[in-house]
Amino acid sequence: MALTALAVVRLRGLLAVIMLSGIYSLISAALLTTLDAVDVAMTEAAVGAGITTVLLLGTMTLTGADEARPSRPRRRLLPLAVVLVTGGFLVYGTLDMPHFGAADAPIHQHVAPRYIEQTASEVGVPNIVTAVLASYRGYDTMGETTVVFTAALGVLLLLGVERPRRRRRDDGDGEDA
Amino acid sequence: MKRNPIVREIGDFMLPAILMFALYVQFHGDYSPGGGFQAGVIFAAGIIVYSLIHGLERTQRILPPAVVRAGVSLGLLLYIGVGFACLFLGGDFLDYDALLPHGEGPNNPHGQELGILLVEFGVGLTVAAVMVTIFYAFSGRRDDR
Repeated sequence: MALTALAVVRLRGLLAVIMLSGIYSLISAALLTTLDAVDVAMTEAAVGAGITTVLLLGTMTLTGADEARPSRPRRRLLPLAVVLVTGGFLVYGTLDMPHFGAADAPIHQHVAPRYIEQTASEVGVPNIVTAVLASYRGYDTMGETTVVFTAALGVLLLLGVERPRRRRRDDGDGEDA
Repeated sequence: MKRNPIVREIGDFMLPAILMFALYVQFHGDYSPGGGFQAGVIFAAGIIVYSLIHGLERTQRILPPAVVRAGVSLGLLLYIGVGFACLFLGGDFLDYDALLPHGEGPNNPHGQELGILLVEFGVGLTVAAVMVTIFYAFSGRRDDR
């Protein structure tokens, strides 16, 4: 994954960058599968590796396939320092977290046991992830659906509903001819 | 890609499987990994594959943008509608216990299952429609140049 990310940063040909970011997503999906987060892995594979790649390719055909070179080489020490310090703090923050999969981790002590014990009788759905997502946390999921809805609204407002515009353009071309 | 017979044939061969898998993920989400969001994305990916193979115009003849845009709102309305249905049937907002008549005990798994099914379908519809809408919006721009 790190190699793919580095290659994305170094390369200037956008086609290769898009392909590599798709590969990156696919590797993330594999990683999530090994972490037993199959739901997230499915989403990552379909959205990250599939649809995003297609959308980026579509954008590339509109904008051109080469990244512009930076006008002048800038000093890179300050950004590098910021990144290193932030990353150092993040790693430092993980140091006193419980080990991965530890049974006494706070996340397994709070509401998780209740969900695991009560889902069968309260919701009656074998997949606890679905039960939590759609029933216990129904409000959250409604909010997420609204976010997705808003995203489509934003794209439509920015890029426009293309049918009428194209027709108008065709009319204009006809007059010119 | 229309002219490439290998891509076209394999795409046409895979497409029903992709759409079927999306429906499976959608409606089997109670029992196996998956749910509305994943299913919607997979379904949209299938439609995008079709569009890449057969062209945008043919896809939009089968699935007009206006219909897709309606799907964006309908899914969300279904979700919120289920919430209000619970409210009017005497429960709390999105409290699926109220959807079906109670059996024994304080809990009502059947109502929960129905509620989850409907809500997940709403999510799936919205997500699929949103993805296709965004794809239409991006690839439709090509004609403007």
